[in-house]
Amino acid sequence: MFKYFPHTEEDLGAMLKTIGVNSVHDLFADVPEAARFRRDYDLPQALSETDLRLFFEQLTDPIETQQLTCFAGAGCYDHYAPSIVQNIIQRSEFLTSYTPYQAEISQGTLHYIFEYQSMIAELTGMDISNASMYDGATATAEAAMMAWSNAKKATRVLVSDTVDPKVRRVVETYAHFHGFPIQLVPAENGITSRAALDKELSEGGVAGVILQQPNYYGIVEDFTGIADAVHAQKGILVINANPSDLAILKTPGEWGADVAVGEGQSLGIPMTFGGPGVGFMACTEKLIRKMPGRIVGQTLDSRGQRAFVLTLQAREQHIRRQKATSNICSNQSLMALYVTIYLAVMGKEGLREAAEMSYAGAHSLCDKLLGTGRFKLTYPGQPFFNEFCVDYDGDLDALLAFATECGYLAGVKVGEHTLMLAVTEQRTPEEIDGLTDILTRQQ
Amino acid sequence: MNRTLYGNLIFELSKKGRKGYSLPQNYDRTHSTSELPEALRRGEAARLPECDELTVVRHYTNLSHNNFGVNDGFYPLGSCTMKYNPVINEEIAAMKAFAGLHPLQPAETCQGALEVYYNLQQSLAELAGLSEFTLNPCAGAHGELTGLMVIRAYHESRSDESRTKVLIPDSAHGTNPASAAICGLEVVEVKSLPDGTVDVEHLSQLLDEAGSQVAAMMMTNPNTLGIFEPRVLEITEMVHKAGGLMYYDGANLNALLGECRPGDMGFDVMHINLHKTFATPHGGGGPGSGPVGVRKGLEPFLPTPRVVFNEKDKLFCVNTAATPLATTAHDDSADASALGSVGSFLGNFGVMLKAYAYILTLGRENVKNVGPLATLNANYIKERLRDDYLLPIEGLCKHEVVFDGLADKSTDVTTMDVAKRLLDYGYHAPTIYFPLLFHESLMIEPTENESKETIDAFIDVMHTIANEAKSDPELVKTAPHNTPIGRVDDVLAAKHPVTTYWKSLEG
Repeated sequence: MFKYFPHTEEDLGAMLKTIGVNSVHDLFADVPEAARFRRDYDLPQALSETDLRLFFEQLTDPIETQQLTCFAGAGCYDHYAPSIVQNIIQRSEFLTSYTPYQAEISQGTLHYIFEYQSMIAELTGMDISNASMYDGATATAEAAMMAWSNAKKATRVLVSDTVDPKVRRVVETYAHFHGFPIQLVPAENGITSRAALDKELSEGGVAGVILQQPNYYGIVEDFTGIADAVHAQKGILVINANPSDLAILKTPGEWGADVAVGEGQSLGIPMTFGGPGVGFMACTEKLIRKMPGRIVGQTLDSRGQRAFVLTLQAREQHIRRQKATSNICSNQSLMALYVTIYLAVMGKEGLREAAEMSYAGAHSLCDKLLGTGRFKLTYPGQPFFNEFCVDYDGDLDALLAFATECGYLAGVKVGEHTLMLAVTEQRTPEEIDGLTDILTRQQ
Repeated sequence: MNRTLYGNLIFELSKKGRKGYSLPQNYDRTHSTSELPEALRRGEAARLPECDELTVVRHYTNLSHNNFGVNDGFYPLGSCTMKYNPVINEEIAAMKAFAGLHPLQPAETCQGALEVYYNLQQSLAELAGLSEFTLNPCAGAHGELTGLMVIRAYHESRSDESRTKVLIPDSAHGTNPASAAICGLEVVEVKSLPDGTVDVEHLSQLLDEAGSQVAAMMMTNPNTLGIFEPRVLEITEMVHKAGGLMYYDGANLNALLGECRPGDMGFDVMHINLHKTFATPHGGGGPGSGPVGVRKGLEPFLPTPRVVFNEKDKLFCVNTAATPLATTAHDDSADASALGSVGSFLGNFGVMLKAYAYILTLGRENVKNVGPLATLNANYIKERLRDDYLLPIEGLCKHEVVFDGLADKSTDVTTMDVAKRLLDYGYHAPTIYFPLLFHESLMIEPTENESKETIDAFIDVMHTIANEAKSDPELVKTAPHNTPIGRVDDVLAAKHPVTTYWKSLEG
C-alpha cells in the first residue's frame, strides 16, 4: 500500500471482477506490444516524508542555496508581502480547484478574479483587464499579436530598445513563428529615441508600438505625444508597466495606451527563482473582443443574486479552435489571488508608501555610490524610480563576486562596465550602507 | 463548502482611512517621488480598498467557502486530472531559501535549486522515453506552442520551408489547433472513425496529397475519448515517412504512467502538464507548468535559458546563449537553430519543486502504478454506469470514460442538467459537451487517488439522478438547488460586459 493509493487487495479484486479482467495490466491489452514499457523506470526509490524533507533541507543549506541580500531587479523584485497573503493562498478551496467552469460552486474564484480585474484596470488606468496571463513577457508577446491582428495593412510592430531584452526576445520569438516582423526603435541616453520613433511612424505600416515604463534601465520615460502619433498611423500603443510603481507614476491609460501589460510579481508574489509570477493585460473597451485569455463578468443568477461568471468565451480556443484570439486556456489564477490580497491589504496608502520607500531607498543608494567617486551614472540626468545603472571602471565581475562573498546580490550586470541596482522597501538603511561599503572596499 | 452566497466585493468593505499593513518608518527620506516631474506622475491616487487586516482575512476566507476544490470532494473533471495535491509539496515550495531566490543570482550560489531543476528535466525524460526537456513553458498550451516552435525551427534548419501544415484529429483538444495557428501553421483536420480513433485511411490520403507540406501531426493518446489509439505505431511511421514530426499532447499522459512511454510510440516532441500528471495544484486555473521534451537530435532546437550540468567543473549552470533569433530562415549570420525564448526566466520553478517532490515521494515503485490504478477506476465507472448512461463506444477505456448523456432519451434532461444536479449532491461536475464528437458528452476522469467507496458513492448518485430524470425531470432541469447561487445568465454577461467594479457602479 502507498499513501496516495487507497486500493486494497479486496478493492482491486472486486473492481477487476466488475470490469471482467484478471489484472490491471489487462486494461492495457489494446496497447501494441512494441509500445509497452516492460521495465522499471530509472528513478530513485520512494522517499518517506521525513526523508523528503531532509533531502530538500540539504539542498537549501547555505552552501547549496545561498540567501543573499537582494539589490537585483531586472524584472523580478524582492518586495515585502504581508503574512496574510501566503496564508490565504494556501486555503485548499482556492489552491485545489480548477478553472471556474461551474460558476455555482466557484464564486470564490470568480469573485476574486473580478476584484483583480478591477484593481488592475484601476492601477493601469485602462477600461478592462483579463483574468491574468503567464508572465509579463508572454503578456507583451500576446499584445504584439493583438496589434498585428488588429491592423489592416501593416508591415511590422515596433519595440523600443529600452524594453527589457528578455521580454523583447520572447516578443521576437512569438513574432517570428506567428509571421510578422519586429523592428527595434533605438535608444538614446537610455530612453527611446523620439526622432527614430517618429521616422518609423512617418513611413507607415506600423501595427503597434511597444514601450516600457519604467524602462529596463529603471528610467521613467516621457511618452507625451506618442499615443497620438501612433494612433494617427492607425497603430496601437502598448505600454509594459511595473504595476507597483503605478501607485505614483502616470498610468498607461493616461499616456493614451490601448493596451497595458506587465509582470505582476512585484505585487506580493515571492521571487521563487523567477516563477511563477503573473502577467497582466488591460486594454480599452474597444479592444475587448480582441483580448486573449479568460475574462470574468458580472451577471445575475436564477434567484436574482449578483453573480460572476467566465464570459466572452467566443474568443477562446475551446470554442473557436484555430480562429481563437490566442491558444491560452489557463490563466495564473492563484498568482492573481496573491496580487488581489496584496492590493486589498496594502490598499491605497500601502502601495503608495511602499513605492515611496523604494524610490527613496534607490536614490539614497545612488547618492552614496556616486559619493564614493568610484561609480558614475550611466544615464545622467534621466529620472529613475527604484532601479538605476552605474558605470564602474574596474573589474565588475570581481566586484560582484566579492559582494556575493559578503552575502549581497549587488545587482545585475547589464554591460561590460555597467551595473544595474534595484532597491525595494525591504532594504534597510543598514543594508544600503553595507552594500556601499562593500562596493568601495574592493580595490 | 458553504451553501449560501457570501457575495461581497472587497471594495464594498472599504472605509476611508483604514489600514491593513505596517511598514518600517526609519528610512532615508532625502528623496521622494515629488521630485519627479508632474508630467510623469498619475493624476489621482488609485482607488484601491482601505481595509484593516482582519476584514481582509475574513473576506477571502468567506470567499473560499463559496469554492469547491479537490480537498472538498470528488472532482471527476475529464481531461483535467484532478489528483490529490500533496500538502508536503506546498511546504517544500514555500521554503524560504527557494521562495527568496532571485532568478539572476549567480549559479554557484544556487546549486541546490539548479539541481532540482536539472533532475526534474532528467526524470521527465526517463518517464517520457525522450532525450531532453525544457521546463520553461508555463502551462500546457504554452508547452504546445513551444513544441510546435521546436518543430518549425527543426524544419527551418533543414531549409524545408514548405512544411506549413499540421495534421490534427477532429477529436483533439481546442488548444491544439489554436497553438498551431499562433505558431503560424495551417490546421488540417484528420477524421475520426465511428469508434473515435484516428481514421488511418484518411490520414494516408492526406499524406499522399500533401505529405511534403506536413510539418507535424499532433496527437493525444489516449485520445480525448479516453481510448488508446491502437494504430499509433503505424501512424507515427507514416508521418515520419512523409518527413513530418509527431507531437504528443501530454494532457492524457496520466493513463500511461507505468505502461507506455510517448517516445517508445514514436513521438518526437511532447509537453507534459505538471499540474495534471505530477499532482501540482491547479490553483483555480494556474499556475501550471508545461515542460517540453524532444527525442535525440532535436535538443538544439529547445528554447533558452537551459539548465545544464558542466562535467568539467561539476557545476549546474544556466545557459542563456542569447543568440539573436534568425529573422529569416537562412540568415547565416545568426544561429538558425536557436529557437529563442518563451519566458523571461526559467519557468515556474515553484511548480517544478512540487512536481519533483511528488516524483521523489512516489519513487520508481509507485510511479508505475499511477496509470493502471487511474485506468482501473475509469473502467469500473464505465461498467457500472453503462445501464443508465449511453456508452457510445465499447471496449476498454483508459484514465477517463465518455458517455453520451442519459441512456433514456425520452426525457429532455440534458448533460448540462445532470452536471448541475451533481453539484447539489456535493460533487464537482464531469467535463461536459467535450469531446465534440457526441451531442451530450459527459467525460469522467476519476484519477488513481480515489477509493472504491468514493467512486461507489458517486455511482449511486449518478443512478439517483438518472431516476430523477424520469420521475421528476423538473427537479433536475432546474438544478442546482443547494449551491450558493443558481444557474447564471451567461447571455446577460456577454451582451453587456461588466468586468470591473467601476463599470458595475455605472449601473
